[in-house]
Amino acid sequence: MYEKTLSEQSQALAAGDISSVELTQSYLDRIKQLDGDYNSFITVTEELALTQAKKADERRAAGDASALTGIPLAHKDLFCTEGVKTTCGSNILDNFVAPYESTVTRKFKEASAVMLGKTNMDEFAMGSSNENSHYGAVKNPWDTKAIPGGSSGGSAACVAARLAAGATGTDTGGSIRQPASHCGITGLKPTYGRVSRYGMIAYASSLDQAGPMAQTAEDCALMLNTMAGFDLRDSTCMDREVPDYTATLNDSLEGMTIGLPKEYFSTGLDAAVEQRIRDAVTEYEKLGATVKEVSLPNLELSIPSYYVIAPAEASTNLSRFDGARFGHRCDNPADLMDMYKRSRSEGFGEEVKRRILVGTYALSAGYYDAYYRKAQQIRRMIRDDFMNAFEQCDIIMGPNAPTPAFNIGEKSDDPVAMYLSDIYTLSVNLAGLPGMSVPAGSVEGRPVGLQMIGRHFDEGRLLNAAHRFQQATDFHKASPFTA
Amino acid sequence: MQWETVIGLEIHVQLATKTKIFSGASTAFGAEPNTQACAVDLGLPGVLPVVNEEAINMAIKFGLGIDAEINRVNVFERKNYFYPDLPKGYQTTQLDKPIVGAGHVDITLNDGSTKSIRIHHAHLEEDAGKSLHEDYHGMSGIDLNRAGTPLIEIVTEPDLRNAEEAVAFAKKLHSIVTTLGICDGNMSQGSMRFDVNVSVRPTGQEEFGTRTETKNLNSFKFMEAAILKEVERQIDVLEDGGKIVQETRLYNGDTGEARSMRSKEEANDYRYFPCPDLLPVVIEDSRLEKLRADMPEMPDAKKARFISEFGLSDVDADILSGDQPTADFFEAAAKGSDAKLASNWVLGEVSRSLNANEITIADSPVTAEMLAGLIVRIKDNTISGNIAKKVFEALWNGEGKDADEVIEKKGLKQVTDTAAIEAMIDEVLTANARQVENYRAAPVEKRGKMIGFFVGQAMKASRGKANPGMVNQILKKKLDS
Repeated sequence: MYEKTLSEQSQALAAGDISSVELTQSYLDRIKQLDGDYNSFITVTEELALTQAKKADERRAAGDASALTGIPLAHKDLFCTEGVKTTCGSNILDNFVAPYESTVTRKFKEASAVMLGKTNMDEFAMGSSNENSHYGAVKNPWDTKAIPGGSSGGSAACVAARLAAGATGTDTGGSIRQPASHCGITGLKPTYGRVSRYGMIAYASSLDQAGPMAQTAEDCALMLNTMAGFDLRDSTCMDREVPDYTATLNDSLEGMTIGLPKEYFSTGLDAAVEQRIRDAVTEYEKLGATVKEVSLPNLELSIPSYYVIAPAEASTNLSRFDGARFGHRCDNPADLMDMYKRSRSEGFGEEVKRRILVGTYALSAGYYDAYYRKAQQIRRMIRDDFMNAFEQCDIIMGPNAPTPAFNIGEKSDDPVAMYLSDIYTLSVNLAGLPGMSVPAGSVEGRPVGLQMIGRHFDEGRLLNAAHRFQQATDFHKASPFTA
Repeated sequence: MQWETVIGLEIHVQLATKTKIFSGASTAFGAEPNTQACAVDLGLPGVLPVVNEEAINMAIKFGLGIDAEINRVNVFERKNYFYPDLPKGYQTTQLDKPIVGAGHVDITLNDGSTKSIRIHHAHLEEDAGKSLHEDYHGMSGIDLNRAGTPLIEIVTEPDLRNAEEAVAFAKKLHSIVTTLGICDGNMSQGSMRFDVNVSVRPTGQEEFGTRTETKNLNSFKFMEAAILKEVERQIDVLEDGGKIVQETRLYNGDTGEARSMRSKEEANDYRYFPCPDLLPVVIEDSRLEKLRADMPEMPDAKKARFISEFGLSDVDADILSGDQPTADFFEAAAKGSDAKLASNWVLGEVSRSLNANEITIADSPVTAEMLAGLIVRIKDNTISGNIAKKVFEALWNGEGKDADEVIEKKGLKQVTDTAAIEAMIDEVLTANARQVENYRAAPVEKRGKMIGFFVGQAMKASRGKANPGMVNQILKKKLDS
């Protein structure tokens, strides 16, 4: 059953072919058996999962089930879950148990989905390779020498390894799309404000967005139906109706215009990756779409802009981790300053410290105008670029990353090279747009994903385009075990 | 050398909202530590702020109350620093785009003249928690009940020239915020806290001297004392050839001592930037109009009305309009009685008794209605002004539900019966035959003074109940005949 998609499992549960308890137990057994190789979970909530599964079965028996009732899911370990440890991949939160539930996980709870556990991630969602977790690197199920991508690497890996039917992720600069791409699964970063951030431990508040990761677009649509919607507790969450994303999955693509930004296909893009993308676009033409070249002239500026704004926000979002009220506190502090310094020095990893320093610098008196203000101006230009491009096309397509997954350790000494690998994804966060990654084949055994970018709140069209592509191709069906 | 003082104030005013500025936790004062702090106030990971619309309304009302521009798009920013009572590691406040722009507050000086003090701006922000340094054996306790309490910080231009003006301004501001009902005005509980920026310069000099800031003064008395002390200190330093260092100072109201807290060099870099968790606050026309329509009568307008409607003097009207509870008490007492008398009583007996018992007018045992009833009995000659004081005292001590009951119970009704008064006067004249002789022998121009003796004797004989006017009249007639 674990090879089946979330939607197929939902049908099996509805038909009574399997119970949620059986399904959940089979995943728990798989996790026990295999996750030692992948390290995709930080916490496995076995007992809780079985209790929830039992409840889900009862609810289904009572005729009160939704599509997700009884479906075993995994949650990125930055969604606060009441009574279950939430570490954010950091030593500083190694002992943190939130007294409340994030809106996203609450919604899944209310739908009676089952939580298998909390997935591994780059510390505080900072990273492109998932090598920055206090709990060790996650390994790519397609090749355990390779990184799974970051920062939702644990979520991507556990879905790819069929250790969960679906998983939640968050995407600040590509952290859903890029690991989905590297792990050969489907992932969607919704429009900023589409999904509540309440209870999500913040990295960069103006960029963070939660989204679904699963085998198929249809599965993502089912998950987004539950995740999306207004939340009084998040002022940046938009009060807009949530459409049924499954209702438009089969709409025709006839007449759809695909924009290919010329800047996405310039130097730096691996030739084999480019070929997979072009092949996928050709497939879309067969489905009735027309293709047009568009331009995002300020694409290159998105990296410096992002790497000022995100660390600036992070530097203050992370101030609360000071050893005073929760999380790690150093032993025997000599005084207040000593407590702050040592608690934070011991609690945070290298990449987090690097970004706190960059962000603190960028916001300092005398540098604010040169860095932060400038970065915000560039952000506006990038958004305008997208708006202009969307006057000529309905959907933008391109790669998620310049190369397939690289090897663990390959770039860890070169943060700048690591940052450059985000060039295709983070401009989408700066513009607040929805973006998606869909499996589009592989290069030397490592998966490649096609990135699709939509207009604000046009998730329905992205899922529709992805679903039609998946009806016509088999890329999404490949798994590390069938390849 | 002659010195001139320059003072600017920053005032933190706690808004009287039921819940905090970014969370649903209660703002009530005096609860057990950390019982009124929810996950948002504690800055737990993942929580997000949501603006309390009532706090926005109150800030707007303040702006309207001081004739200020309301910034229709205002922005919350993060002010970053580490301190144990600051749970998030930043304070959410407003810097570049505060909700209230430039305005003014007019004060009345002791010589009766008025002066307009410019307000630079007022912004919304959240309060921090409190560090408790006692009872923790070398450690500190943190109480976050106050964290997230909504404040407006009001910043004046350096328009004040001495402690007296500063106090007059502070009192006027107190009157404005209590009239608006946006602050309970309870200074001892920290509802209003003053930071004073003080500098001195040789009289006639254009540019300002170096200033110091004394923080967190929570009474008019302490503020005045702190200013006087700092002015004296600065003049001493300058006259000794020294220089004033820009610094933050602390004043201890209990000991009257002041000391330096930190110099400018040690000041933080707060790394302000717009809070990405909060969207800009956009104030629509309709909201502004609705709040404008709901504005209460402001102290200046009230004062003008007290003068024109009740014929009060400028000074009396100024005091009575100065704070909302006193103004309301006066108006209720004046209603159906006599405004002049009500004014005299509120400023006299009522305020004396309140001061002696250290209570506020809201807790006065003699209500405005009781006072009005008392005044009516003075007006209709049932009792004299002197007897009225006895009645007031009885009412204050709870010896009756209203003036009539006290008058009745104690038999204080004024004697206005001519025959009875005549009989009493006859007795007095008989008992003081020698004085009567002296009176009649005295030249007419001296008699006016001498009659006071007989009035006193007659009033004494009546135990104060005789109508003094009638006593005077009858005495004159009998003595002069």
